Amino acid sequence: MSEAHAIVEPSEPAIESVYNGKLAMWLFLCSEVMFFSGLLGAYITLRTGDPSRFEASQTHLHHHMWLAGFNTLLLITSSLTMAMAVVRGQAGDKPKQRMFLVLTALMGIAFLLLKFYEYSTHIAAGQVPNTDVFFAFYYTLTGLHGFHILCGVIPILGLAHFSKTHDVSKETEMVGLYWHFVDLVWIFLFPLLYLI
Amino acid sequence: MSDAAHIPAHGDHHEHPKVPYVAIAATLFVMTIITVAVSFVNLGKTGNVILAMAIASFKASLVILFFMHLKFEKKTMVVICLIPYVLAAILLFALFPDIVYGQYH
Repeated sequence: MSEAHAIVEPSEPAIESVYNGKLAMWLFLCSEVMFFSGLLGAYITLRTGDPSRFEASQTHLHHHMWLAGFNTLLLITSSLTMAMAVVRGQAGDKPKQRMFLVLTALMGIAFLLLKFYEYSTHIAAGQVPNTDVFFAFYYTLTGLHGFHILCGVIPILGLAHFSKTHDVSKETEMVGLYWHFVDLVWIFLFPLLYLI
Repeated sequence: MSDAAHIPAHGDHHEHPKVPYVAIAATLFVMTIITVAVSFVNLGKTGNVILAMAIASFKASLVILFFMHLKFEKKTMVVICLIPYVLAAILLFALFPDIVYGQYH
C-alpha cells in the first residue's frame, strides 16, 4: 500500500486543498480571460491602427465618465461584500453571509440600472451599435460585461435564498471567484473605453 | 477527497491568513480616483495609455491575489491561472504587426 501511495504522491498534494468545483471555476475563468482578450485585442489593434475613427466618437463617452467611475467604485465595493460573504460563510455565520450576498446582488443590480440609463442616453442621441466602429465595440464590450453581471446576480440571489437551509459556503466561494473576475474585467474596460 | 476541503479536519489544510479586505478595497478606490485624475493630465497619447494600463494591471493583480485568494493557493493553481495571461500576451503580440504595418487607411 505504501508503495502505491508513493507512486501517486508527486501529483497529489499539489492541488490537494483545492476541491473540484473551485478548480473548475478557475479553469472556466481562464477561458473567460481568453474570451475578453480576443475582444480587447481587436479593439486595441483597430484603434491603434486608425485612432481617428475612434477618437471623435469616444468624446461622447466623456460626459459619462463620472457615472462610469461611480460604477467602478460600486463593483469594487460589491467585490468587498462578496469576499465578506465568503469569509462569513466559511465561519458558519449564515445571517451575515446572507446579508453580504444580498448587498452584493443589490450593487450588481444598481450597476446594471446605471448602465441601462447610460445606454438610453446614447440611444436617444442616435448613438447605436451601427453608428461607427467605436460604438460597435462600446456596445459589444459593455453589453457582454453587463451580461456577465446579470449571470452573477442570479446565482448570488439563489445562494442568499438557499443559505437559509443549506451550507453553501463552497458554492459562495465559487460564485465569488466569478464575481471578482467580472470586477476585474471592468477595471480594464473603464479606462480603455472612457478615459484613454 | 471530495470533502477534504470541507474544513480543516486534515492537519495540512491551513486556513489562509486573515486578508485585509477593507484595506485592499480602499486601495482599489484610491487607484480608481488616481486613474480618473491622471486622465486629465496630458502625458502624450502613449504615456496616458501606458499609465492607465499600468494602474489597471496593478488593480487587477490586487483583486486576483487577495480577493480571489490566489496568493494563498497552491503553486500548481498559480501556474494554471497564469497560463491564460501568457496566452493573452502572445495574442496581443501576434496582432502587433497589424498595428505597425497598419493597412487601415
